[in-house]
Amino acid sequence: MSKRIIIDPVTRIEGHAKISIFLDDDGNVSDAEFHVVEFRGFEKFCEGRPYTEMPGITQRICGICPVSHTLASAKAGDALMAVNIPSAADKLRRLLNLGQIIQSHALSFFHLSAPDFLLGWDSAPAQRNVFGLIASNKELARAGIRLRQFGQEIIEILGDKKIHPAWAVPGGVRSALSAAGRAKIRAWLPEAYATTRTAFDLWKQTMETHQREMQIFGNFPSLFMGLVAADGTWEHHGGRLRFSDSSGSIIADQLDPQDYLEYIGESVQGSSYLKSPYYKPLGFPAGIYRVGPLARLNICQQMGVPQADAELKKFKKFGHGAVTSSFLYHYARLIEILACLEYVERYLDDPELSSDDLRADAGINNLRGVGVSEAPRGTLFHDYTVDRTGLLQKVNLIVATGQNNLAMNQTVAQIARHYVRGHAIPESMLNRVEHGIRCYDPCLSCSTHAVGQMPLRVQIIAPDGTVLNEVARG
Amino acid sequence: MAAKTLTIDGKLISAEEGATVLQTATEAGIKIPTLCHLAGVYDVGACRLCIVEITGVAKLLPACTTKVAEGMEIQTNSERLRKYRRLILELLFAERNHVCAVCVSNGHCELQTLAYSQGMEHVRYDYTFPKWGVDTTHRLFGMDHNRCVLCTRCVRVCWHIEGAGTKNVAGRGGKSKIITDLNQAWGDSVSCTECGKCVMACPTGALFQKGSTVGEMEHDRDKLEFITTAREKKQWVAAD
Repeated sequence: MSKRIIIDPVTRIEGHAKISIFLDDDGNVSDAEFHVVEFRGFEKFCEGRPYTEMPGITQRICGICPVSHTLASAKAGDALMAVNIPSAADKLRRLLNLGQIIQSHALSFFHLSAPDFLLGWDSAPAQRNVFGLIASNKELARAGIRLRQFGQEIIEILGDKKIHPAWAVPGGVRSALSAAGRAKIRAWLPEAYATTRTAFDLWKQTMETHQREMQIFGNFPSLFMGLVAADGTWEHHGGRLRFSDSSGSIIADQLDPQDYLEYIGESVQGSSYLKSPYYKPLGFPAGIYRVGPLARLNICQQMGVPQADAELKKFKKFGHGAVTSSFLYHYARLIEILACLEYVERYLDDPELSSDDLRADAGINNLRGVGVSEAPRGTLFHDYTVDRTGLLQKVNLIVATGQNNLAMNQTVAQIARHYVRGHAIPESMLNRVEHGIRCYDPCLSCSTHAVGQMPLRVQIIAPDGTVLNEVARG
Repeated sequence: MAAKTLTIDGKLISAEEGATVLQTATEAGIKIPTLCHLAGVYDVGACRLCIVEITGVAKLLPACTTKVAEGMEIQTNSERLRKYRRLILELLFAERNHVCAVCVSNGHCELQTLAYSQGMEHVRYDYTFPKWGVDTTHRLFGMDHNRCVLCTRCVRVCWHIEGAGTKNVAGRGGKSKIITDLNQAWGDSVSCTECGKCVMACPTGALFQKGSTVGEMEHDRDKLEFITTAREKKQWVAAD
């Protein structure tokens, strides 16, 4: 009799989700599904609002990556106005996004994922969290929290608030970088570099002791997508889209984000509120692609800054063409933190960031505008259609977690195949399966356009719906 | 003009005949919360936030439209009044869609400031979530009916300071709505002079300059008082 194991909810991710693991008659894993069980309706209730309010409204989708939404939204506004924003405003938006990537990646690495590989998969669940990390290595935990704080301080320095800054607006930004802000960031940079270096050391030890995880935690061929600069350099806010495959070959390049509907399709599954985007020319589900740090590093030729470039060379050696193990999302995240710090340092010497020319002014010149930015978790699209007076008629948001949906399903199935045998549900297995999801640092608040923690529930269910086994924790 | 002697919150005060309780209290340094009152235009007593207790009068009366009388004993800040003011504010919040966090007037809104100052911690009534629209047809300004408290400040400044008579009130009760001319799109109004006084007068984010983003809309109400002072007293002085 075939059965189904359900992990509900998944913990230490941003939001609520559950995992179903389907067993065949022999008790082996046949398939797995990652379900997002939230519905939020932003795309619908934004209809009728002025586009100028959207950077403020859409950033309320999430408290972790509000900056990503506010930036994509502001860019969609730029497109509606048909303006090129002032150069200083573009640099300032980029600085904000660098702060965002640093803080979110530090949160993912230190708070959410490190407890698993530093404290051990099989350590007590009650200790396997950031508090357990504090108990076992106070200095490391403190440094990680401080690194996240550094990113958030950049956001606050620019936008007056760490969370939900009303600062990026259609046409540009509302204020420049202050001299005091510049000095504060400069003084904090050495500590941020030192913490990142410590994290690299830890990660390299982890890779030596986690060869098995590198092989089975989401190691499969797929496409990768993200923004790149015209010369193929790593991008996080500007540039155009590139798809490459697992052999490292570029299959589509310099695609205009405004035309994303031509090459990205969205499939809807009955089992989840999360849509599954795919690369249209290859169809569903063959067009599965991954976004986020792993994808961005796979598609780019160089980071554009020396320290991160040196790390990128080492990173690329973990793949034949492309690095295909999702466990290495963690590694990619650290390289991106390092690149962000180097770019931040570069901006600190740029006088243009103190400019007063920050905002282009225009009315509605396009009735449709798409804004694209790289959120920490991957490429984020905001697509707005407005009437002549600037009121929204249609809103489509494609978020990073959605684009990784198919990859997360495959990852869960791959891990479950190695650890699940029959009815027995060892807690440590559940944690490994969950970690497969955490590799992607998914944000379900964003992906369903909620926040919270719930206990973990797992069920084995027979095809007729009978619960054969159940484990609960928390 | 004869002077009237009265007490406000136990303080013996002398006021000019014809003055309102609100004017008298303000001059005596006693602050009464207001919302529909706007310096420079006449009062209508629409919002009832300035209600006061007068000894011998069973009803609570609005300070803005109640004239002083000899021997009046007025209370402006009793527990009963504070309770009713919170209730009025809760009803205002429940009546339309006030979402401060994403409002263009966040941080510069009189309704929001009142909710804080009057200790409104939550709304006990079910939100009605009415479906109101936004009019952005005007070249310069927008009107979001979701955020309107029907104070009619915009109507009064339009008729009695600008003299254009563009803004009006249509409908009854909670379904009342501020309209432009004969309930037309603002952009189609032939009477609107685009002076922007209504936008300056608005206590919330209901009227805004187009292009405003979250918390960016600040209403400069001093200009209204400047104009009326100049007109009535021939004194071109900025408000304090």
